[in-house]
Amino acid sequence: MSILVNKDTKILVQGLTGKTGTFHTEQALAYYGTKMVGGIHPKKGGETWSSGVDGTALPIFASVAEAKERTGADATVIYVPPAGAADAIIEAIEAEVPFITCITEGIPVMDMVRVKAKLDKSKSRLLGPNCPGVLTPEECKIGIMPGSIFRKGSVGIVSRSGTLTYEAVFQTSNEGLGQTTAVGIGGDPVKGTEFIDMLEMFLADEATQSIIMIGEIGGSAEEDAAQFLIDEAKKGRKKPMAGFIAGRTAPKGRTMGHAGAVVSGGKGDAESKIAAMEAAGIKVSPSPARLGKTLVEVLKG
Amino acid sequence: MNIHEYQAKALLKGYGAPVAEGVAILKVEEAEAAAKQLPGPLYVVKSQIHAGGRGKGKFKELGPDAKGGVRLAKSIEEVVAHAKDMLGNTLVTAQTGEAGKQVNRLYIEDGADIDRELYCSLLVDRSVGQVAFVVSTEGGMDIEAVAHDTPEKIHTIAIDPETGVTADDVAKISKALELSGAAAEDAKSLFPALYKAFGEKDMALLEVNPLIVMKDGHLRVLDAKMSFDGNALFRHDDVKALRDETEEDSKEIEASKWDLAYVALDGNIGCMVNGAGLAMATMDIIKLYGKEPANFCDVGGGAGKEKVAAAFKIITADPKVEGILVNIFGGIMRCDVIAEGVVAAVQEVGLKVPLVVRLEGTNVELGKKILNESGLAITAADDLDDAAKKIVAAIKA
Repeated sequence: MSILVNKDTKILVQGLTGKTGTFHTEQALAYYGTKMVGGIHPKKGGETWSSGVDGTALPIFASVAEAKERTGADATVIYVPPAGAADAIIEAIEAEVPFITCITEGIPVMDMVRVKAKLDKSKSRLLGPNCPGVLTPEECKIGIMPGSIFRKGSVGIVSRSGTLTYEAVFQTSNEGLGQTTAVGIGGDPVKGTEFIDMLEMFLADEATQSIIMIGEIGGSAEEDAAQFLIDEAKKGRKKPMAGFIAGRTAPKGRTMGHAGAVVSGGKGDAESKIAAMEAAGIKVSPSPARLGKTLVEVLKG
Repeated sequence: MNIHEYQAKALLKGYGAPVAEGVAILKVEEAEAAAKQLPGPLYVVKSQIHAGGRGKGKFKELGPDAKGGVRLAKSIEEVVAHAKDMLGNTLVTAQTGEAGKQVNRLYIEDGADIDRELYCSLLVDRSVGQVAFVVSTEGGMDIEAVAHDTPEKIHTIAIDPETGVTADDVAKISKALELSGAAAEDAKSLFPALYKAFGEKDMALLEVNPLIVMKDGHLRVLDAKMSFDGNALFRHDDVKALRDETEEDSKEIEASKWDLAYVALDGNIGCMVNGAGLAMATMDIIKLYGKEPANFCDVGGGAGKEKVAAAFKIITADPKVEGILVNIFGGIMRCDVIAEGVVAAVQEVGLKVPLVVRLEGTNVELGKKILNESGLAITAADDLDDAAKKIVAAIKA
């Protein structure tokens, strides 16, 4: 089992014809035949895209609504540049695509405020933006995670940071545990999917036997997630967990990276997040290089 | 991106917010003419630096008993005397660090008779994904101290983007700030104006501290701090024009030209990493092994060879840097692109300090091959832990 995506997920690509969209669609097709079913370009509807790797051809449609209608897609991935990315997400929401992943980095925050208002009234789930996507080993790859480091297994991984997701995947593969699904929720201040949504799914997924959660400084999503885990544990829902918080050494009041993380005052700092996560029974590793080993220690009891 | 108080006030005035009359000056000789343009007899002379706590700040070059970075003047002569005292000197405040900031600009403003000082800011509330007003009756002081000591005195009112600031929202804000009479009337136009300015100019933070109720009962924006969403500057040439590069670290300015996320720090291990989270984690692990990072540097996802080379050059140009750690876990970022950029930069500017490179992820084999065949003195690392140990050992040796 897995969460969010599996071998049957049919995926559209918004921004397929660009350099980034093309490269990562080729990679996805090469990853256990992820079902990429078409692309969207307002001016290139009716044309065909073909992979430079193996020649796989995909139809291009003028709109998301048309593409969904014609292909039966249940997901879309967005590689559109920042200035047009919010409109691309809104187009997917209006076409009622159930699962939308936005990879684009650098979308203005006010654009995401506009997206969030529409998203909250819709039935779609948005993952991201500014995220690496989601990958279920040997079944489906949406986004930009490197498939080669994955191994089918039992760990559910959720992270705010893209590249730290890869660290967790790499290390759990090296420990022989493997993953059910890895999800990067993205580091932007306004986003579609939060930790709690993913933790709920991992708790419900039978194949997921343990969970790694990686947060970073800024905001209160980790504290909220910790409270959620405490509440669920009281209902008897609990899985072994390891975690990490990036930004312990970041100076206060400075933004580290694109809108990602900012600490102001004592709120949202690493120590408060680590304390909240440990209170929820998560073993927090002091080193980002010991995520896998820390989880193994937890599993051994 | 931050701007000065006087620029922020001019911007807010354009949206109809009540601000005092004022004139910005760069030279002492301009002080008298500036003050003469104002009604008087009370003036305020304010240091324009990108840091808070100016009033309580101290000038390095003046004695400990000298007045701070915001001063009252009761005559034009006094304005000129203050300008002489302040311009060109270094102001140290709670937010500048020990080095302080040189005061290159002053803002001379019409004085106000203050009855009450309030706090009002706008920011994007992550928890709801909406712009929110954060207000308090405890204005004029450090709001973080208020939040810590008396959190019940801070009120947050989130605004639905589809309706904007409604009459109901204004009523809530006014109630939280205990506004009545003329001030409550002013509020009906001020709060929607602040919200409009925030959204239209893509601000990240708009802080009015204090917002004052004057003795005549009206509201006035007495101080304004504004910062903008860097990701939205592409659509605001007017805002970009307000940038004061003398306020920023020269390495950070160079980095911003390349759209690199770079923050100068105090340590001596230069870092080049992809992804904000991994970049912070790399800093954390360096510290875990007993050393300090010289910078935060996220080259981002879609960087080309030139951008990687630019980042590498900025890091090597920092005289504090005794060793460099390149840590890349390629997803969207391809390891071969990183390797080409590093090799190109080293060939151009040379390499005088130890360099440890850890590559993993997309096109890793190709990247390693490029580094190996370059003939450069690069220490390869197997994983993050190995990389951190190797760079710390290299600079200790």
